[in-house]
Amino acid sequence: MVLIYIDHSEKEIKKSSYEAISYGAAIAKQLGCSAEALLLGTVNDDLTALGKLGASKVHQLNNESLNNFDAKVHASLIATAAKNLNAEVIVFAHNINGKAIAPAVAVKLDAGIVTGACSLPNLQNGFEVTKTVFSGKAFASIKIETPKKVIAINQNSFGIENYELSATIEEMNLPIPTASVKVTNVNKIIGEIPLTEANLVVSGGRGLKGPENWGILLDLAKALGAATACSRPVSDSDWRPHHEHVGQTGIQIAPNLYIAIGISGAIQHLAGVNRSKTIVVINKDPEAPFFKAADYGVVGDAFEVVPALTAAISKMKHNE
Amino acid sequence: MNILVCISKTPDTTAKIAFTEGNTKFDENGVQWIINPYDEWYSLVRAIELKEKDPTTNIHLITVGGPEAEPIIRKALALGGDEAIRVNSNSNDSYVIAQQIAAIAKQGLYDLIMTGKETIDYNSACIGSMLSAILDLPFVSLANHLEMNGNTATIQREIEGGEETNEVILPMIISCQKGMAEQRIPNMRGIMAARTKPLKVVDPVATNAHTSIKEFSLPPAKTGVKLIAPDQMDELVKLLKEEAKVI
Repeated sequence: MVLIYIDHSEKEIKKSSYEAISYGAAIAKQLGCSAEALLLGTVNDDLTALGKLGASKVHQLNNESLNNFDAKVHASLIATAAKNLNAEVIVFAHNINGKAIAPAVAVKLDAGIVTGACSLPNLQNGFEVTKTVFSGKAFASIKIETPKKVIAINQNSFGIENYELSATIEEMNLPIPTASVKVTNVNKIIGEIPLTEANLVVSGGRGLKGPENWGILLDLAKALGAATACSRPVSDSDWRPHHEHVGQTGIQIAPNLYIAIGISGAIQHLAGVNRSKTIVVINKDPEAPFFKAADYGVVGDAFEVVPALTAAISKMKHNE
Repeated sequence: MNILVCISKTPDTTAKIAFTEGNTKFDENGVQWIINPYDEWYSLVRAIELKEKDPTTNIHLITVGGPEAEPIIRKALALGGDEAIRVNSNSNDSYVIAQQIAAIAKQGLYDLIMTGKETIDYNSACIGSMLSAILDLPFVSLANHLEMNGNTATIQREIEGGEETNEVILPMIISCQKGMAEQRIPNMRGIMAARTKPLKVVDPVATNAHTSIKEFSLPPAKTGVKLIAPDQMDELVKLLKEEAKVI
């Protein structure tokens, strides 16, 4: 059986977990077994609908206290559930919480793990999974040598598939370990799309000359419904908050569309964004290295091009 | 307080990524080695700051690697650690590495074990989480702020679209990222002092690897950029909608 861990926050299942379910269901199909989901805590979502993503069952440990994430407690419960259910493969989204617990679960199950996976397993010579390495500059095919396997799938690398299933919900009863982490405050930036979950990202660099000029970028992001990001020099200069920094030492993202405005495209920046499906580069310097990694390029002054692009997007949306 | 800081050796961020031996090994030719930036800039520097506030703090550094890792660990000592341990083992398997660090951690009575959020070569982000399972300790990942108050750590960690504040009673494990501290350059006094700081080499404990790398590959090159004139933004929108199908 393939067991998929459902991550959630504020009573909502995270988008990255939907993708993890479809990925787990595809592995189950390869192995000829069932795909089942595991939820710790409570959510407002309709759990039977997870069948549409490929899960035949949802095992739920229905306890509100688990809505606070505690890596030690969560990893311990997932490992126990995986043992009880005799899961062969355990799938996580390689998101913030997945990174914190998937390796611990692997240790508890004596399972080999691949994090940052971006392919279905290749079963020709055992069980090999491709992952991104060198911050997105290369891939490695990793063989898992143990009977049990843990895989954490990169966000936006598999997609969502449609199944005609309705999942059954099975309540689980496990003793809850004592909390090791006390969550004292949660500070979510309201109304902003989290960068790692975003399909569309608009990003700015030093070419915008100063934080006071970010308005044109924010307008474009708003017109598109995109998240906003920035380059390292921009966050280092405190023009934008640290959590917007994408690149080798910031966040690595793989949206469907990445629009880079006034970013030259240093190798460290490219490492964080080169898995984006489509890259648009707007830069007044035709020699900017980013153009080599781009699908579409506009050589021009961002202060003229960006408002024109925003207007064109708004026009397109208006005509829809 | 006793802190164990995990240090990994990685290629410089500008290193050319290429492979040899039928794409099974990373080509180390001409590669400059550095301390993994997350280990150095955030985890180690924050440990040093904690020692500056409370000079009774002891900082031990640990690396799992061959003798070629010693220049990196000396540089880390120059920044500030008190002593270093090198476990003489070369492995790409996170589980083997975590077991080596755990074996040392079990002997050391550390209050705080610090890692970077991931290494910039294999990007596995596994060690902190694995240590928490092996040592049965609390773990907070992707932390960008850490304050100590007696034996309580107050930590801010990244969550999707925001931040969360956690309180944890030591001992614990923490993985650090941007925001935790600012990059420092070792000064001459530090470099001189590092030469005589203890660097203990220990043999690895026996552990079986759970994974092995079979082959590396490079992403396919982009086919070439399609340039659109600055006054043709309707055309760009049309391409994004109809050709790329992303909006």
